[in-house]
Amino acid sequence: MDRIKQVIDKTKRQTMLSILSIVFAFIANGKTITVGQNKQCKTIHQAIKIAATFDTIEIHEGLYKEGNIVVDKSLYIKGINKPVLDGEKKFEILSVKSNFTTIDGLIVQHSGYATLDDPGGIKVYDSHHVNIINNTLSDNFFGVYIQYGQHCIIKNNNIEAFGVEEQQIGNGIHCWKSDSLQIIGNKITGHRDGIYFEFVKGSIIWRNISYKNIRYGLHFMFSNDDAYIGNIFKNNGAGVSVMFTKNVKMFNNYFIDNWGDAAYGLLLKEISDSYIFNNRFLSNTSGIYMEGTSRIKVENNSFNNNGWGMKIQASCMENNIINNNFKNNTFDVSTNGSLVLNVFNKNYWDKYEGYDLNKDNIGDVAYHPLSLFSIIVENNASVMLLYQSFFAMLLDKSEKVIPSLTPTNFIDEQPLMHPILL
Amino acid sequence: MNRLIKFVVLDMIKNRTILGYTLLLAIFSWSVFGLEDNATKGVLTLLNIMLLIVPLVSIIFSTIYIYNSSEFIDLMVSQPVKRSKIWTSLFIGLSISQILAFVVGVGIPLLLFAPINIALSMISVGCIVSIIFIAIAFLACAITHDKSKGIGVSIMLWLYFALLFDGLVLFLLFQFADYPIEHIMIGITMLSPIDMARILILLQLNVSALLGHTGAIFTDFFGTIIGTFISTFVLCLWAIIPFYLSLRMFNKKDL
Repeated sequence: MDRIKQVIDKTKRQTMLSILSIVFAFIANGKTITVGQNKQCKTIHQAIKIAATFDTIEIHEGLYKEGNIVVDKSLYIKGINKPVLDGEKKFEILSVKSNFTTIDGLIVQHSGYATLDDPGGIKVYDSHHVNIINNTLSDNFFGVYIQYGQHCIIKNNNIEAFGVEEQQIGNGIHCWKSDSLQIIGNKITGHRDGIYFEFVKGSIIWRNISYKNIRYGLHFMFSNDDAYIGNIFKNNGAGVSVMFTKNVKMFNNYFIDNWGDAAYGLLLKEISDSYIFNNRFLSNTSGIYMEGTSRIKVENNSFNNNGWGMKIQASCMENNIINNNFKNNTFDVSTNGSLVLNVFNKNYWDKYEGYDLNKDNIGDVAYHPLSLFSIIVENNASVMLLYQSFFAMLLDKSEKVIPSLTPTNFIDEQPLMHPILL
Repeated sequence: MNRLIKFVVLDMIKNRTILGYTLLLAIFSWSVFGLEDNATKGVLTLLNIMLLIVPLVSIIFSTIYIYNSSEFIDLMVSQPVKRSKIWTSLFIGLSISQILAFVVGVGIPLLLFAPINIALSMISVGCIVSIIFIAIAFLACAITHDKSKGIGVSIMLWLYFALLFDGLVLFLLFQFADYPIEHIMIGITMLSPIDMARILILLQLNVSALLGHTGAIFTDFFGTIIGTFISTFVLCLWAIIPFYLSLRMFNKKDL
């Protein structure tokens, strides 16, 4: 009976919803203004001028070089067959200064370059509920720029630039002093930072692909209470960096091929109370680099084929590293001091050589993930010259047998015998 | 001289030790590439084995071979053949056979599994390392007439290059940690053929990013044409100088 009641309730709710939406459609009753050759308006400027709040502007196929276009009314701006808005390398192209505005299906290209006022392809000023969806942003200084935005959605955009030097190019999606943003399903490449967050709260970054950006794929500064989930960060100049932030959730992301002298899969600096869960760190110079982080839980991640799986500086404390897989890394873990305030437990280490007599999948001997050579390298980076030499191998082997120089409490008490299925 | 070389090479090929050495190298390399799913890792493991075993076998085997053929050398010296020709053909014959063993043992799997440019440089570096340690063996033999002493000297030399030298490098790096000694380190590395061979290969693999600042300086040097030329030249010197010294000693030696 309960079940039937539930179904009836659900149907009722759905009917109510559809009736409501029809009612709203009638109330809203916006008119549609078309822009294009042989259309109602020739220019977008003109269309915005004659439009009333909540009207729809349909921009048809064509090339529009109209300088800076300011959207100061709540409008639904829709591109039909991908019209091109060109900034001629001089102007900021779309400046959104109104709430409840949607920009859909445009190609926005060649914005101006200026370091003082940071022009963007699409820039949102001090507005809420702005949706930027299905656009292609090509060769802009900043792709999408949100400042003082709330409840904005940036979804399914294709953002590309061709930056060569860090100083010459802005970020793909740049968010500053904003709140409750949703950044979903975008593809970003060739910018300075793929996605940049500064003073952004309560926002989500979901299912984006950020690759081949000059500096970071994703860059967090002073942005608390955010989450990024299911993103792919690949082949960026320096990987991903999360700095001076607390309470960030990082789930199900891929950090791949961030390979180079100063590249990190994930760089954590001054972070606290965060949760890193079910991510994959594949082929990075350092999978995770931690500095001054505290109370972080690193759980169910895999670290494969990295130079260093994790680099944990001695300034980190109360971090829990649990149930991760470490496979095929040159060094699984390294640290620069003898003070150990972090906990390793129940990880799988492919270099573990212990045994498991009672067959409970937990090794009977604790594992020391630190190799002597990695510690020496941490003290004196030049010693890396002896990498792969017989001498370094001998040092490690002797240290494994009788640990004397590595911190004795840097251990995994319950190393797993088999990798966790992730 | 050609007939002498031919004789030495044929004698070598019939030698069981060389056959065993080839087999050992082959088993190592095939199993390394069979076990590692990642070619770079395989190359690294192989590099490790190569830089340990190849010098050891080259130096010990050559030393023993020369001492064992002392009667043959005496016989040849009594013939109207120049001493330098005897010594040189022994050297060339030994080198050819060792290189053959190396190429068959390690070269084939390398060419099959590793990227071609890395495979080729590994093979050439391996061949040069073989020749260098044969030359060092010749020097050890020329220094002393006593077989056990000669073998002892060879083992000590191998130990020095494979192990002690790296210890010295580590010591230097820590003593001068506060000084910019990276450029000097390039020069110091050239004092050990094993280290140089290792770094030359490492710089070609993508693990070179792990070498950090020092690695970047090394890449800057060895990456250039002049750097490649100098490093090849230095490796050749490592073969030529010991052999030349041994030749001079042998020429004057009272057999």
